[in-house]
Amino acid sequence: MTQLWDFAGGVHPAENKHQSTSRPIRRAGIPERLILPLQQHIGTPAEAIVSIGDRVLKGQKIAEVTTGIGVPVHAPTSGTIEAIEQRQVPHPSGMADWCIILKPDGEDQWGERNPASDYHQLGRDEVLDRIRNAGISGMGGAGFPTDIKLRPPRDRKVETLILNGAECEPYITADDMTMRELADEVVAGMKVMAWILRPSRCVVGIEDNKPEAIEAMRKAVQGTQIEIAVVPTKYPSGGEKQLVQILTGLEVPSGGIPADIGVMCQNVGTAVAVSRAIFEGIPLISRVFTISGDAVQEPGNFDVLIGTPVSDLLAAAGLQADKLNRLVLGGPMMGYTLTTDQIPVIKTSNCVIAATRAELPAPPPEQPCIRCGECAEVCPMELLPQQLFWYSKATEFEKAEHLNLFDCIECGACSYVCPSSIPLVQYYRFAKGEIRTQRAEQLKSDRARERFEARQARLEREQQEKELRRKERAKAAAEAQAQKQAEAEQTVSQGDAVDNRDAKAALVQQALERKKAKAAQATESTQQPPTKPAEKPDIEALEKQLTQAEAKLNTMQTMLDDAKTQQADNVDKLERAVAKNHDRVVRARDALAQAHKLAGTESSPQLSE
Amino acid sequence: MALVQQTSPHARNARPTSRVMLWVMLATVPGLIAQTLFFGWGNLINVVWCVALALGSEAVILKLRDKPIAFFLKDNTAAVTGLLLGLSLPQFAPWWVSGIAVISAIVVAKQLYGGLGSNPFNPAMVGYALVLISFPVAMTTNWAQPATLWAGAPGFGETLATIFSASQTSIDAWTMATPLDEYKHKIATFTAAEVLQHPTFGDLVARGWEWVNLAFLAGGLVLIWLRIITWHIPVAFLGAIAVMSLAFGSNADQYAPLQLHLLAGGTMLGAFFIATDPVSAATSHQGKLIYGAGIGVLIYLIRTWGNYPDAVAFSVLLLNFAVPFIDHYTPPRTYGHHKARRGVPGKNGG
Repeated sequence: MTQLWDFAGGVHPAENKHQSTSRPIRRAGIPERLILPLQQHIGTPAEAIVSIGDRVLKGQKIAEVTTGIGVPVHAPTSGTIEAIEQRQVPHPSGMADWCIILKPDGEDQWGERNPASDYHQLGRDEVLDRIRNAGISGMGGAGFPTDIKLRPPRDRKVETLILNGAECEPYITADDMTMRELADEVVAGMKVMAWILRPSRCVVGIEDNKPEAIEAMRKAVQGTQIEIAVVPTKYPSGGEKQLVQILTGLEVPSGGIPADIGVMCQNVGTAVAVSRAIFEGIPLISRVFTISGDAVQEPGNFDVLIGTPVSDLLAAAGLQADKLNRLVLGGPMMGYTLTTDQIPVIKTSNCVIAATRAELPAPPPEQPCIRCGECAEVCPMELLPQQLFWYSKATEFEKAEHLNLFDCIECGACSYVCPSSIPLVQYYRFAKGEIRTQRAEQLKSDRARERFEARQARLEREQQEKELRRKERAKAAAEAQAQKQAEAEQTVSQGDAVDNRDAKAALVQQALERKKAKAAQATESTQQPPTKPAEKPDIEALEKQLTQAEAKLNTMQTMLDDAKTQQADNVDKLERAVAKNHDRVVRARDALAQAHKLAGTESSPQLSE
Repeated sequence: MALVQQTSPHARNARPTSRVMLWVMLATVPGLIAQTLFFGWGNLINVVWCVALALGSEAVILKLRDKPIAFFLKDNTAAVTGLLLGLSLPQFAPWWVSGIAVISAIVVAKQLYGGLGSNPFNPAMVGYALVLISFPVAMTTNWAQPATLWAGAPGFGETLATIFSASQTSIDAWTMATPLDEYKHKIATFTAAEVLQHPTFGDLVARGWEWVNLAFLAGGLVLIWLRIITWHIPVAFLGAIAVMSLAFGSNADQYAPLQLHLLAGGTMLGAFFIATDPVSAATSHQGKLIYGAGIGVLIYLIRTWGNYPDAVAFSVLLLNFAVPFIDHYTPPRTYGHHKARRGVPGKNGG
């Protein structure tokens, strides 16, 4: 007996599966037109490699992904390429996207096929290449390219390979019927994947409401090491994270993938596709698809060519158009409504419910949330849906994110039980969308700001350089002026040394000059960043400055000596002036030495005390 | 072909709020029957009066607020508020006291805060606390003495006349201090054995009260069984009272004994029907445990050392204040996360 774990929350919606399991899988046949979207997988859209008017054979590659992640698209039958145009594709928004329109010729003529009798001989890379070239992407709904998923990073060894046959959504029975009727192909495909991954454990998880499928699968795995795990029916046990928890007791880390904890989930349908690709050389050109709901008379499963319009299938199942009220693609819990039946079945589609009004009635009007907590009781992710609702509604997205909004898997269990019939999931989708938009805009504005700041910095630098050049010119002019004055003073002090009044006037004048010079020096030192050696120091100017300073010092010294001999009352003032001038001389020498160093001439002028 | 456009999920199976509230009301019926059997018609008259007034004032305020009246009246939440007040007010509380309690509950505590789902405080308890503080005499001297309907309780007409008369002079013969009140005030001077001689205590725990509380307990268990409430708040609430009583008040000659705490006063009504009001309670399971335990502790503290013989209303309101705080620090651990993201965004692992 396989050990099972439980997951939190969950609900038990009416299963409504019996309607579509009473008939065997029927062939839907070849429709009049096939609509083949270029993007049926996650990643880069494929590019058409055929032209309008080309005749293509069944299984022929008609679109390929050359750069980026993605898988090719194949012609599901032989025929002519009629158009490559925008058509409405399966998407909640009802958007249109590029599709290849194939008009079948009815001959269903195969192109070249390359089956492998013994894939072990091929090597893993070749097998993975064939899986990719068969256009296989996850058929459970997400559509991630299977070959890439089967190449987990080297540090993520897959210990447990899980085949997801839980199919917990009501109505849908595509996997159920696949396991019942194609169990051998399911097991063969799983064996190929197991051979690639070499896990220590292979397990198929099936809900206990599918006894026939369990029986068929048990028979098919006889003689292999594959386990069949019968899991209790509880929605959403088929959610990847929930099934991982049920079968391993481990939780997929938030924001991570199962491979992070050594687990990989593959879908039952994907296993069949792998089996066909390897053993028969058949690319992914058809899938099992459920048509159910009270508005069809013969609900059931169909083997459908990819690209078949839903309208054809509804007709095949006996649609009663007057009863039809709602078309849901997918299940009643997570599926979305279609605006038209003119959309194709693609690789990830599994079910259409043609519901009557009584079957899926419109919800009653939304009432205020009373925080009853039913939603938290059923949340399989253990979130606080009622709090997320408040914050989403109030657009307090930061708080919603803090309460792990992005861990919400949108399973709909909370809305299913909400006594106030609040469309909770819709609020979360809104909040997620808004947050994503905000992030994108944030990124955009960040880039714009960076560009702006870079420009501002450049302009400022240019301005500074200009200012600096102006300052230097001004300083040179001031120095020339000062020298003239000093010479004049020298003459004055020599000529009339005893005249105290003249001497004092001269002192004032000198003090003023000192101040001016100092100010100039100060601005110079702040304006001129020391880390900018690119500026070539003007050695000549500095030498001139030093000479001038020395001359001034001499003058002052003479004046001081004179004053001392005459016992004048300005001795201490003069002493201070001499000290200052002495400092200035030293500074000038240092500056000069620095300049020499920068200029590369390692000469330092001698200090002459 | 006009196809309906609808967001998922397309299937629903919810118990509508109106039905949830109906179940809550039905679950109080055993308690109401016990009250009527052991204390006379007072509670029943109060319930009818309070429910009618609650619906009336809800309709008026909805009209003033320009909201759809029938849509909101049908959710049964106003009726529940009136019902809870009718069940918890003294049996002979004059009509205007219960009237003020109901109107302030519906108009102020519920609708002025934004109506259903937006009120931070339990409306019924706001009304109750308001009249308890404003009219202490009317709220303490109007408790019916335990007298069964078949022996001793005043008749329906007399009760009705008393409640709705202008003056309440004739009722002293029918009223009596509640057991909690009696015990609290007498135990300072008498021994437990002497205090328990008082007729309010009867042969078991507290005459009449014990059956009323057991009936509310039964109704509460039905609510848990129906998954309308979870066990967390009542269990934490009663557990906290028990722990406090055993830890601090095990001496019956000093403090009211545990069985009196559990089976007298509004304990069971509070634990299963009042503290569990989802709008004003904590949200996560852990939060509910803290919330319930906080109420239980406060009830014990106020009953034992405070000025009031009972304390459900004050304790619930005080913990209502604490709910946003509790909710901040008790989110559940989400699948795939190592631990819960406590606190506010931007801090503490945000």
